[in-house]
Amino acid sequence: MTIIENIERKQLRDDIPQFKAGDTVKVHFKVIEGSRQRTQVYQGTVLKRQGSGARETFTVRKQSFGVGVERTFPLHSPKIEKIELTMVGDVRRAKLYYLRKKVGKQARVREKQH
Amino acid sequence: MTGIIGKKLGMTQLFDDNGNRIAVTVVEAGPCAVTQVRTTESDGYSAVQLAFEDCKDKQLTKAELGHLKKAGLKHGKRHLAEIRGMANLKVGDTVTVEAFADGQHVSVTGVSKGKGFQGTVKRHNFARGPETHGSHNVRQPGSIGASAYPSRVFKGKRMSGHMGDQQVTQLGLRVVARDLENNLLLIKGAVPGATNSVVIVKGA
Repeated sequence: MTIIENIERKQLRDDIPQFKAGDTVKVHFKVIEGSRQRTQVYQGTVLKRQGSGARETFTVRKQSFGVGVERTFPLHSPKIEKIELTMVGDVRRAKLYYLRKKVGKQARVREKQH
Repeated sequence: MTGIIGKKLGMTQLFDDNGNRIAVTVVEAGPCAVTQVRTTESDGYSAVQLAFEDCKDKQLTKAELGHLKKAGLKHGKRHLAEIRGMANLKVGDTVTVEAFADGQHVSVTGVSKGKGFQGTVKRHNFARGPETHGSHNVRQPGSIGASAYPSRVFKGKRMSGHMGDQQVTQLGLRVVARDLENNLLLIKGAVPGATNSVVIVKGA
């Protein structure tokens, strides 16, 4: 194991649920406003997971007042209070960039049937 | 002032107390043995010579080995560097990352990555010409001077040529964290040079 991997390993969180692109997640994100701190919940479809180790990030896309919004979070950030997995999606690829071009019903991801 | 010789290992990121990401360069620094002390009386300036990284004795010349042996070292050392302004050190002392403090401002000197022969656009940030409307002046340097007077090109005129692979000092960096066990300095931001190249870290 290289020294850099060792440094990154110390920062990894072990309380992150398993999820992948296409899943719907609720991200509880701590926001600091001046001296106050509150939690913001951001719910949407995971568009991709990118990177590895402590540098891994994931992008969540949602529709907000009819406008598509994408937000990228560092997966191991201490600012993330928790990640809730609300739906497992049925998708065939790792990066769902095609969702950006779809609107309305077509922009949805099917739920995985067992 | 403190100084140390190190090896750039690469970059990664850390989360600070507020949860923000900071990009850091990992430098394996020291332990450096003091092999010689230069004084104003004998050498005209004051500095200490540090040695870094073990190597096989057969990789050094007899002169180099003898110099290291005189300083009381058992193994050969690959790199030597003189650092000015380090006080209270004598031959036989060792400089480690403990000489630095968390949050301390440092400057890092290294040899930048070689870029080969480059044009003026990349090398000196010249502006590019138009790409369309029949222009063939896309990455040309333009005029390099007047004609009858001075009838020559001024010395130092910025032109194409070899870029990179020269000593660069990056000022105003900061030590984010240290690892005393593994002799590591984690420095915020980028540091000159390629991975595994030798750098000199100086406290500001």
